Amino acid sequence: MNEPDGNVLVATTVRKEFGGLVAVNDVDFTVPRGKIISLIGPNGAGKTTFFNMLTGVYKPTAGTVEFLGEDVTGKPPHAITARGMGRTFQNIRLFQNMTALENVLVGRHARMKANLFNSVLRTPFVRREEKAARVRARELLTYTGLGRKAHEVARNLPYGDQRRLEVARALATDPQLLLLDEPTAGMNPQESAEFTAFVGRLREEEKLTVLMIEHDMRVVMGVSDRVSVLDYGEKIAEGTPREVQKNERVIEAYLGKAAVEDMKRQGLS
Amino acid sequence: MTTPAGGTPPASDPAHGDEIGLRNQIRARWHALPELTRAGISIGLFVGLSILFFFVDHALAYGTLTITALFWIRRLPPVPYRLAAQVALVVIYLIAEPRSVGYVLAVGFAMTWVPQRYRTYTYPAAGLALAVLYPFYQDRLFTVPVFGVWPDVATGVYMLVFVMMAVGLNIVVGYAGLLDLGYVAFYATGAYTAAWFASLQFPHTTWHFGAVGIDPHLAGIHVTIWLLLLVAGVFTALSGIIIGLPTLRLRGDYLAIVTLGFGEILPQVARNGDSLFGFNLTNGPNGITPLDSLGFGHRLSSLTGGFLPANYLSCCSAKVLGHQIQSTDLFFWTALVLLMFTIFCSLRLQYSRLGRAWIAIREDETAAAAMGIPLMRTKTWAYASGAFFGGIAGAYYATFKSATFPGDFFFNISVFILCMVILGGMGNIWGVIVGASFLAYLNQEGLANTGAWINSNIHVGGWHPNLDVPLYASGIYGVIILVVMLFRPEGLIPSRRRAAELHEGVHDEPLYDTASAGA
Repeated sequence: MNEPDGNVLVATTVRKEFGGLVAVNDVDFTVPRGKIISLIGPNGAGKTTFFNMLTGVYKPTAGTVEFLGEDVTGKPPHAITARGMGRTFQNIRLFQNMTALENVLVGRHARMKANLFNSVLRTPFVRREEKAARVRARELLTYTGLGRKAHEVARNLPYGDQRRLEVARALATDPQLLLLDEPTAGMNPQESAEFTAFVGRLREEEKLTVLMIEHDMRVVMGVSDRVSVLDYGEKIAEGTPREVQKNERVIEAYLGKAAVEDMKRQGLS
Repeated sequence: MTTPAGGTPPASDPAHGDEIGLRNQIRARWHALPELTRAGISIGLFVGLSILFFFVDHALAYGTLTITALFWIRRLPPVPYRLAAQVALVVIYLIAEPRSVGYVLAVGFAMTWVPQRYRTYTYPAAGLALAVLYPFYQDRLFTVPVFGVWPDVATGVYMLVFVMMAVGLNIVVGYAGLLDLGYVAFYATGAYTAAWFASLQFPHTTWHFGAVGIDPHLAGIHVTIWLLLLVAGVFTALSGIIIGLPTLRLRGDYLAIVTLGFGEILPQVARNGDSLFGFNLTNGPNGITPLDSLGFGHRLSSLTGGFLPANYLSCCSAKVLGHQIQSTDLFFWTALVLLMFTIFCSLRLQYSRLGRAWIAIREDETAAAAMGIPLMRTKTWAYASGAFFGGIAGAYYATFKSATFPGDFFFNISVFILCMVILGGMGNIWGVIVGASFLAYLNQEGLANTGAWINSNIHVGGWHPNLDVPLYASGIYGVIILVVMLFRPEGLIPSRRRAAELHEGVHDEPLYDTASAGA
């Protein structure tokens, strides 16, 4: 596939305005294949808005998004998912009243071909496809550690399992790029550590590229190849976790200008 | 007659005081009473009612006692007490008249002994067998207190047609969660499609294709109804797609309003369509009548040795099981076949890739889209499938009545069908069937019978109410829906999912970061 410079995703001067408010301000962004990229920033920095433009939920006001070398700007979410971008949501958006297995099966939708007519006739093709989808869904549930909970209703699963199920559902779309929106929100340190390891495994075993929004610095620093920082809709820093940690503008964004000056005065920075 | 299957609702557990909703609150208060008091109240209530009813109508008193008995029998330990009680009740009715109650009870009790895992198949099979045989035993059944005689076969056809429409609407409302207040538009489209191609409506053309029972040189288009049913279905599905494409982008209330508009537009077109630029399309308020009859033609009839009738209207000499087969019976069985087809398709769709996508959209549109489900296309398929069955039902009912009038297609029919779906239990096809049969029956016979019963049995000191009950039909349905919404919002026989959604709510707030993006 035609990927400029080995980048799965290239966003060029992407901009989103809500009325007079500029939520994302001309951000350039790339995601190299096989890397884990983190997007951080204070609350309201425009991270999720940016995510929603990548996945097609919002149409950018200006700028382009290229995915796998193809311009996908303004394409609907399902078309982008079909091209190989899977995502999870900040506040869990499972199909609450479906079982875990059914949730993952919905994720297979884009990879299945059964239509109205052959579903009614239940042709051998449909049977085979449905069976294959179930096998794959089971595999994914096992892979994410939910193998025994296939028939539990999503709503009844514990919080951590719901997060895993969201990942399993996103993986069911056979993504090349996985977008995780605050995957460890609400997890305790141990769960977060487990999850970090799991994301690492995804890259090694499933050959996935991962882009995640994350607040937990331990997760970000532990697993990311590169960290980008958004503040007030602008990208203020980018680099390895270590570089970003020391970046003055980043500290300023998180702690405020006064704090930075304070730290300088005390010779900490 | 089986007792209502509401023994153990999944979501609410009285012991743990899930006190949301009027029903659960009442239930919680009731269970808080001492056991003796509860037993006293319930026994006193039943006995008191039975005594009271004895002065009004003896049959009603016996009926109440029987239902009380059924209520308690259900709670007995199965073997040998429950079995013995059931046999005893059946035997009592077989000795004392009316004997048919005994038979009905026997069938009902037999059903309760089917092991749980076989019920998925035996219940529908038994229901189908009872429905197929209905014309044979209908006139031998007992008179139900208050409701009177069992619905006759013509009412049965009406009920089946409406059940079919309700099952079709259930795909749109129950599965995909799209509130459609204009379903009558599809009913009308189907009916008019049949009317155009099987009547004298277009006298300047003469075209015959397999029509039965008419002079082959008669003017107008005369296509066989069998083909027309399919054509009506497809044509209505297409019109569903045309209506759906602009409207299905809307969510929730907005969609409801727009479908409501379409449901109003179509009957108006039918009413005023007798001079569209000088062309008489719908014959205006006079409607199109008569329509060609249904039948298999002489060749098929003789090939099958007369098993398939050549023409439904000019049949039948056969007497089967002591019952003279009539044309209405044939219409009844044909409607049953069409309904079976509808149920079959609906069930197949429910458990398919598309059915899952519909439910996903109902639960969370945004997440569904992110999982690769094309929203517009998937919703349009739901709309088209629902329209397809509505169209077939409309075409079939027009043929049965041999007429179609614009007055048959008003808003109240849309609401009526929606009520059937809600009453039965959205998303659950069996519930929808029960709800639709009941409301269709009430509309056609039940209310009139009830009125007759009230007028002849209730009189206080020489005062007779002289009620015309069918006049209050809309009000009565309103009360029924209100009561269902208060006490059992998920419907009589709910789907597991829908029940959960109604008790827990669904995840359908707008995109989460529209609010936080401003911060």
